[in-house]
Order: sequence, then structure tokens, then C-alpha cells
Amino acid sequence: MKIIGLIIALSTGVLLISATGDFPGWADPASPASTHLSPHFIEKTMEETSVPNIVTAVLADYRGYDTMYETAVIFTAGLACFILLRIFVREEPEDRLYRHVLTGVTVRVKEGAKLPPSDDFERIDATWTPPDLIIKTICRFLIPFIQLFALYVIAHGHHSPGGGFQGGVILGASIILLAISQDLRTSVRRMREKLDAVLCAVGVIIYAGTGALCLLLGLNFLDYSALASVLHCDPVTARSHGILIVEIGVGIAVMCTMIWIYNNVSSTGKYDEGL
Amino acid sequence: MIWQLDLAILTLVVIAGIAAITVKDLLGAAILFGAYSFMMCLLWSIMGAVDVSFTEASVGAGVSTVFFVAAVFRTTRRTKD
Amino acid sequence: MGDLIQIVVAKYNYWIYITLMMIGLYAMIVKNNLVKKIVGMNIFQTAIILFYVSTGAKRGATIPILEHGHGEHGAGAHMIHAVDYINPLPHVLMLTAIVVAVATLGVALALAIRVYNRYDTLEEDEILAQIREK
Repeated sequence: MKIIGLIIALSTGVLLISATGDFPGWADPASPASTHLSPHFIEKTMEETSVPNIVTAVLADYRGYDTMYETAVIFTAGLACFILLRIFVREEPEDRLYRHVLTGVTVRVKEGAKLPPSDDFERIDATWTPPDLIIKTICRFLIPFIQLFALYVIAHGHHSPGGGFQGGVILGASIILLAISQDLRTSVRRMREKLDAVLCAVGVIIYAGTGALCLLLGLNFLDYSALASVLHCDPVTARSHGILIVEIGVGIAVMCTMIWIYNNVSSTGKYDEGL
Repeated sequence: MIWQLDLAILTLVVIAGIAAITVKDLLGAAILFGAYSFMMCLLWSIMGAVDVSFTEASVGAGVSTVFFVAAVFRTTRRTKD
Repeated sequence: MGDLIQIVVAKYNYWIYITLMMIGLYAMIVKNNLVKKIVGMNIFQTAIILFYVSTGAKRGATIPILEHGHGEHGAGAHMIHAVDYINPLPHVLMLTAIVVAVATLGVALALAIRVYNRYDTLEEDEILAQIREK
């Protein structure tokens, strides 16, 4: 198997290297990739959409159809993870571990039995380590600032590198940080699973809904200049605002998918213990 | 486009890629994959692709490595090959 | 000999990218462990993204964000030359590719966890042996 793999990899490599003889030189301004459509995008973006970041304008406006389906792909991936892994258990059938806070004694409670409800016992994971005050406090302090930065990245995507995807991933990472530094149960209590799934779909609906609204107002699907009548501005500014609305939808969808996939993978679907 | 920097980071990328598939500890492979992702992000910053580099830094070196570590934690850590 | 040096200096970038792609392809075919195969798949994907983004580079050009962008609208804006900015189209396509790569990674890891729950191992030859003796 190793020899077959080595032969396949080497022969494909040699074929590809022999094909590089036809490639344009490195960083050539006159290469075919840079001559047909991209000068139009570079020169006309400012006067047609008034968005300085060319990549955001092309991604959300000129190629908005691709981005809508990409958001749908992200949602489908989160859904696939959920369908593959999630197990719904009614009660808690396995042995649970509790720790008496004052003395540090660990108590194992068998299935079906219950402890009297009191504040002295706290539920711990099977891989419990003594909580580190520094990490918990610093993560609790940092998470709001991380979310603020993520919202800045989404909102400032018109003028600086950034946009919907990046901001959405950073928002998702902030909730994953909460789950890692404290407990998966804490993070699930803050961001419930049902809210997560519904918000993920809402993100895709915002994107497709903006396109449908443009269709209802008389122009083509995802032609944002139709929003000029709803937003009371000229068509160029309407396109800029349409890009912002669509990026918000993408950001929401990506955030919820990252949280969803992490919750399912790190607890193998049972939502009881995390990393 | 400083070619010396380009060549140095490309060498590191190839070394990290070969190491990520060779080590026998799956947690080490996940961390090396995070390092590989981050070197890629630097390469794209040098080429001027700032949006792609931002996305790869947050997605590849951030969330992707966390997924790998979570999956390795839930399965097994040693491998024979 | 000078001709060979000329060719190497012009094209060595592409050769290194192809080497990275072949490392990923080799890992996907040859390795027995499922997680190593997934790592190889991701190496392959990011090497292809690197190759595409490199076709957009331009000598002496700056990043694709228009300067003096949020100062003036319309009158007063100076001419924008396409030679001054690097090609933004490959960046747009590769943004989608990166996000699809992480989605594929999530689903692949979910599948690997399911396989581990069923067969109690992640090595491909042991899984095939267990299937054959059923």
C-alpha cells in the first residue's frame, strides 16, 4: 500500500510540475488571471457600491449567490454533525460524580439514586481537575472584549480586512472559550441548544430573505439597489447597506455552527461532560 | 514580497506538514497542524491576501485545532503509524 | 546552466506548493489512522488554497482595499489603476474554500468518533479485520 501510494503521489507530482512550464511567471501583472474581470472590479467598486474593501464587495454583492450557498453549506455541516452524534437521554442513567465542596470528598452516585438537593455538593466531570482561579477569572474577564472585537470586525468589514465570516468565527470562539475554561454545562446553560439551532437557520434566512426582498421590490434576486426605496437613500448607498445586512446574517450562521459542532464533538452527543 | 522571508516560511510549512503526519501521538499531530495553519496565514499576509489570512488565522489556527483536540480527547491518543 | 537557474528562480514557488499537495495526498492514501487521514485532507486543501491565492499576486502592488476610500464619494476621487492593486478574485473564491474546509473537518471528525464508538479502534486495518470476521 505504501509503495502504491508513493508511486501515485510521485507521478502526480511530476505531472503537475511538468505543467508548471506553461504557467505565467510569479507575480506578473499581465497574467491572464488579472486581465479580464478583475480590473473591472478594482476600478468600479467604489463608484458602484461605495465600499473600499474590494474583497467584501465582490464576496457579498457581485458574487452574492455563491456566498448564500456557502452559508447553506455551513448550516448543513452543523446539521450533519448534530444528526450523526446527538443522543437524547431522558434522565441520567449512568453513574454520576459529585464532590463535597467543604471537605473535597468525591461521591459516586449510582444510576437511579439521587442526592438530597443542597449546596454542599457540586457535579463534576470524570476528568475533573482542581479549578485554577487565574484561568477562570481571566477568561471570564476577556470574553466580553472578544465578543466586542468580533462585532467590530463584522461592522468594519467595509473598510478593513474582516467581514461576516471572520467575525462569526471569533464570536463562536468566545463561547467555546467559556466551555473550555469552565464547564460544558455552564456554556450550554448560557447558550441553549435550541436557541443555537434556531439562530443558525435564522442567519441563512436573513441572507436569502434579503435577496427575496429585492425580488419582491422589483429588481433581480440579490440586487441590493432595490433596497433604496425601503431604506430611503440612493442606490449606491443601498448596496453598501445591503452588504452589511447580508454579512450580519452570515456572521450569525457561522457563530452558531461553530458552537454547535464543538458541543457535539467534545461531548460525543450527550451534552453532559466536555473537554 | 521579500523572497528570503518567503522561502524561510515555506520551508517551515513543509517541515510542519511532514511532521504533522509522522508523529505517533495524535495530540502532537493536532498541535502541529495548528502550527502549520498559522504558518500558512503568515504566507498569505506576505502575499498581500489580508482577508484570506484573517480567515485562516481565526478558522485554522483557532477553531480547527480545538475541534481536533476535542476529537482526539474523545477517541484515542496513541497510534501505531 | 544559466537558463536552468532562470527557470528555477521563476517557478520554485509552484514546485513547493505541489510538494505540499503531494504530502497531503500521500497521507490520505497511505496512513492507516483515520485522524491522520483527516490531517492529510486538510493539508491538501490548504495547499490548494495557497496555490490559488498565489496566482493573484502582483509585483509592486498593494492590498485590495482602496485607499482614500472613506474620504470622498464621487467628485474629488482620483483615478484608480488596476495595476496598483492585487487581484481580489482568487481571495474571494478561497474565502469560501476555507470555510468549506472547516465544515468538512467537523463532519469528518464526527464520523471518526462514531467509528471509534462502534469498533473501539481508529486504525483502518483493525477495523477491516473486525468487519471481515463478522
